[in-house]
Amino acid sequence: MNSKSIDIEAQVGKILKVRQHPSQNEGLIFEKSAPGKRGMELPPLDVPVVDPAKALGKEFTRDAIEGFPEVSEIEVIRHFTRLSTWNYAIDLGMYPLGSCTMKYNPRVNEFVARLDGLATEHPEQPAEVSQGCLRILYDLQKCLLSITGMDAATLQPVAGAQGELTGLLMIRAYLQSQGNPRKTVLIPDSAHGTNPASVVIAGYEVKNIKSNARGQIDTDHLREFCTEDVAALMLTNPSTLGVFEERIAEIAAILHERGALLYMDGANMNALAGVTRPGDFGVDVMHLNLHKTFSTPHGGGGPGAGPVLVKKILEPFLPVPVVFQKEDGKFALDYNRTKSIGRVRAYCGNFGVLLRALAYTLAYGPGMRQATEDAVLNSNYIRKNLEDLFDLPYNLPSMHEVVFSDARQKKHGVNTMDIAKRLIDYGFHPYTTAFPLIVPGAMMIEPTESESREECDFFIEAMRSIAAEAEANPELVKTAPHSTRVGRLDEVAAARKPILRWKPEERGSR
Amino acid sequence: MRYLPKSPSERQEMLEAIGARSIEELFKSIPEKFRLRAPLALPGPLSEAEIIQYFQARAAENSRGYTSFLGAGVYSHLRSVVTDSLIQRGEFLTSYTPYQAEFAQGTLTAIFEFQTLMCQLTGQEVANASMYDGSTALTEAVLMAERLTSRHRVLVARSVHPEYRHVLQTYAKNLGIEIEEVGYTKSGQLDRAALKQESLAQAAAIVVQSPNFFGVIEELPALAEVAHAAGSLLVTSIAEAVSLGIVRPPVEADIVAMEGQSFGIPPSYGGPYVGVIATRDKYVRQMPGRLAGQTTDAQGRRGFVLTLATREQHIRREKATSNICTNEALYALAATIHLCLLGKEGLREQALQNLAKARFAQAELEKIPGVRRVFSGPSFNEFVLEFPRSIKMVNTDLLREKIIGPFALGIHYPELTKRALVCVTETTPRAEIERLAAAIKRILERPV
Repeated sequence: MNSKSIDIEAQVGKILKVRQHPSQNEGLIFEKSAPGKRGMELPPLDVPVVDPAKALGKEFTRDAIEGFPEVSEIEVIRHFTRLSTWNYAIDLGMYPLGSCTMKYNPRVNEFVARLDGLATEHPEQPAEVSQGCLRILYDLQKCLLSITGMDAATLQPVAGAQGELTGLLMIRAYLQSQGNPRKTVLIPDSAHGTNPASVVIAGYEVKNIKSNARGQIDTDHLREFCTEDVAALMLTNPSTLGVFEERIAEIAAILHERGALLYMDGANMNALAGVTRPGDFGVDVMHLNLHKTFSTPHGGGGPGAGPVLVKKILEPFLPVPVVFQKEDGKFALDYNRTKSIGRVRAYCGNFGVLLRALAYTLAYGPGMRQATEDAVLNSNYIRKNLEDLFDLPYNLPSMHEVVFSDARQKKHGVNTMDIAKRLIDYGFHPYTTAFPLIVPGAMMIEPTESESREECDFFIEAMRSIAAEAEANPELVKTAPHSTRVGRLDEVAAARKPILRWKPEERGSR
Repeated sequence: MRYLPKSPSERQEMLEAIGARSIEELFKSIPEKFRLRAPLALPGPLSEAEIIQYFQARAAENSRGYTSFLGAGVYSHLRSVVTDSLIQRGEFLTSYTPYQAEFAQGTLTAIFEFQTLMCQLTGQEVANASMYDGSTALTEAVLMAERLTSRHRVLVARSVHPEYRHVLQTYAKNLGIEIEEVGYTKSGQLDRAALKQESLAQAAAIVVQSPNFFGVIEELPALAEVAHAAGSLLVTSIAEAVSLGIVRPPVEADIVAMEGQSFGIPPSYGGPYVGVIATRDKYVRQMPGRLAGQTTDAQGRRGFVLTLATREQHIRREKATSNICTNEALYALAATIHLCLLGKEGLREQALQNLAKARFAQAELEKIPGVRRVFSGPSFNEFVLEFPRSIKMVNTDLLREKIIGPFALGIHYPELTKRALVCVTETTPRAEIERLAAAIKRILERPV
């Protein structure tokens, strides 16, 4: 299919473009399918064969699935290996996505998650034969409580957003037990989009509060907004600007005075672990993103885990079951908790993710502080080396991430997205674009502790070079990337007439 | 520390470049009184070898060497080493959500294939890029049905996985969604006679699972008819996805919420798994979760992007269809690879083996005096048996023989004490089924 489309004449004396190589033109698996091929065989059946039509009744059975792939093992290996080469990954280089904490994912964590006796365990098996799993959960809980300075934990939520919901449901249950669940939850305008979405599912109304000129919570504004109707403030700390809320104690005091609670979104915990503990600065409930701070792999968009840590007053409301240690030293699950908010997910959550997070924590021990320090050092180093070329909308001390804006490049018609796409040509993943919303044209850079000085220097060089290109040759930046298998894709067309699955008649539509 | 790529002198030089005298200075925005002075109280640091030792010790405290007859939503199926080695490629394992499409075509293409496979399996027109798992997928499907119908009551079969129903209750509680549970008949299927007309008229959906928690396949076409006649939707949950190799897909359902753990994903004590929602094209804009769509670049080359994002939280914030952000992409990839390996014939053969083994096990166990089958409806690889003695006692004895016995239903269904759900898959050897039957026979023959 490719050789035909290559104009051989035109290619004489030239090096074939990489995109002509078969590995760059891999089709969909369905397009490779041919009847009778298969990539996996089963051991022979050792019991009598059963006729499904007789066993189930014809009306309950189906025929072979039309269009289902039929390919060999090597084709599967090649197909997915080729696809993988079209991805960027932390294993390839720096992935400076702000607020995503793309750090090194230790390989030993992958190894231990796959051990026979861990990966093989059924969530409903009796506690007598689950002591290892339960102890892993218990040990992780203890570590997370120690890092955050909180009193009790649930490991059940399987993502940050589910952690948010769980925390909010516990706040609601607690306030309800005090007589009034209240109506609204305050959210700063710099917050992640999951915050307001979670608030709604918890049955609350969202009230946005504006940041002050310094990008921080305006405490006067908070005083005014924090009425008897307010259940909680959901705060990301450090904020999505990468800045610590300096008046955190005052914020907590305002809320507590009025019977409201302080929820901390722990998405940015990578700036704090080992340096300060949310439990010490007034937080009542928080979640952690183990796929951020605790290095479990993002996997192209999950799995994650979003444990929730709470103060004593919220402990009765934890989801069931709760892992605990009995007097005889054995571990067990407690289902008998009358004030519990219930379950947010089947079983004990993403055990395989939790296990990896424990492996990460054990690897560092108290040395986790060094990781935090290195993350903050990297972000400040990048800031120092770029602040002469890029606009810094909030000139406050940066922690683990720094937020620039495209204000200076915009004068040449180049925006944050263009710069981000051009970074691809320099071998880096783009930073986070257009977030937080309070910074027009935001460029949010979070290097994490996993980058060496050399890698930071390469990144700085790339950004400085792009800043120069934005002035000298804006078109080059605006049409980037130039090095990827496909160029900028038409997202408008994709949304207008959605094609969301392969269909046989679309064969050869390339 | 082996994960940190900096020498002490590099740290010093970088601090100097920044113009800071010490690392402490970079944390000066944290009020002094909140700064930790003592080291964190954590075990470790551990070397790689010690980490392996710790987890091997934990693995030894679990069920290694036991044979299990547990299903109940989590199934032990054959997995190929190919799947696990491919998902461990760093380019998949260590990449982020594919927002930067040009640099993430691998993940996006695989998601598009996943969506296609899920449609083919379920007989639906569109499927999303994944939900957390079966329990949350079902909950999101119910919320979706509520949005589509503007009705706030759901009729949920008691034969839906009890933990799925618990999750639904937790979510529904504060959203004004009323849950009315519907019983089952002697066949183990939803009791249609118990569906009240006045409830149906207010119902956003009838919610069933098929095969249901008792392993029985529901009569979906008839249920769809009842639902549609009353202006409500049929939401179908599938916990054992391998059944789709031979069981008729839920084409009449309006929304399908599936657990994909059976497709190459290890039990792993409860997760990570992969949920999915599949539905009709016309409902796509009310669907939660990410979607990959096909498009082209300026030169007309085919590529894939995340699309219809106006449904999602990062755009719509409090008006989003769901708060879901991180989902289970890596396990959607695992399921995709696994299904490509199995292929059309493999999946069918696997499903047939499950059916045959379950029938064999059922026959063997029914030979034991006092043991009988409870439900008459058609079942796939799970079935409910009644024992003449408490399941807890039987299972305690079985455990001594290194057998993890069937799931005791009395925990969730007070009327079903002395009943247990037996699961047999293609991975259960005939000899182990015979050993189970022999052990139970012996146990029941012993005086209490």
